[in-house]
Amino acid sequence: MSEEPKKCVLIVMSGDFDKAFAALTIAATAAALGMETTLFFTFWGLKIIQTGDRTGKGLFGRMVGVMNRGGIDRIGPSKFNFGGIGRWMFKKMMRDKGVTSLPELLQQCIDLDVKFMACLTSMDVMEITLEDLIPGVEIAGAATMLAEAQQSQVQLFI
Amino acid sequence: MSEPFIADLELDLKGLLCPMPVVKMASAIKKVEIGGIIRATATDPGVMADIPAWAKSTGNEMIKMEREGKVITFWVKRVK
Repeated sequence: MSEEPKKCVLIVMSGDFDKAFAALTIAATAAALGMETTLFFTFWGLKIIQTGDRTGKGLFGRMVGVMNRGGIDRIGPSKFNFGGIGRWMFKKMMRDKGVTSLPELLQQCIDLDVKFMACLTSMDVMEITLEDLIPGVEIAGAATMLAEAQQSQVQLFI
Repeated sequence: MSEPFIADLELDLKGLLCPMPVVKMASAIKKVEIGGIIRATATDPGVMADIPAWAKSTGNEMIKMEREGKVITFWVKRVK
């Protein structure tokens, strides 16, 4: 069979732990199913692919960098975060049940050749540079994402 | 238990939860030749639906799946 591989695009707007978990699980699975998979990170979603270093240049940018610090190990759940206790609790619950951790899922996506794209406008607004993101991320705009989405059988917004 | 198929690769997926069994299968299938068979064991009941779905989607053949207590054993043949 030499048919074109199927494609999957996920737009990741959320930087919440639970939604990142869903997005990365779907992306890894789609890639495992042989689909060419692209993750397009925008706004809060950028936190998932940040290295975790402080970001920002101006006053507000630096404030965002402190109050909303990125990094896959730092993001908290959308409910029951309680200043980080919820994140710890969910991590523990997942570990106890043998569920793959978020950093491992991210690594699986990288190993399965999932394409990572970051929304340039969001990066500019939040004062996040390419150096603040994990290696291998490409910069893209809405048109690039839509061009991918047009050719994809699965498009999800998370 | 009868073992009707000679496996080219044994895969232990016990203890792994979704999506890892499918992710591990995706990399393991590349390690056998076309026509080769993987025999895998898992404990996540989710594989009973997910592995056939993965096989269907990737165009590989789900030969057999059986459950004994908590352990699920299945055979998949690489078709392409």
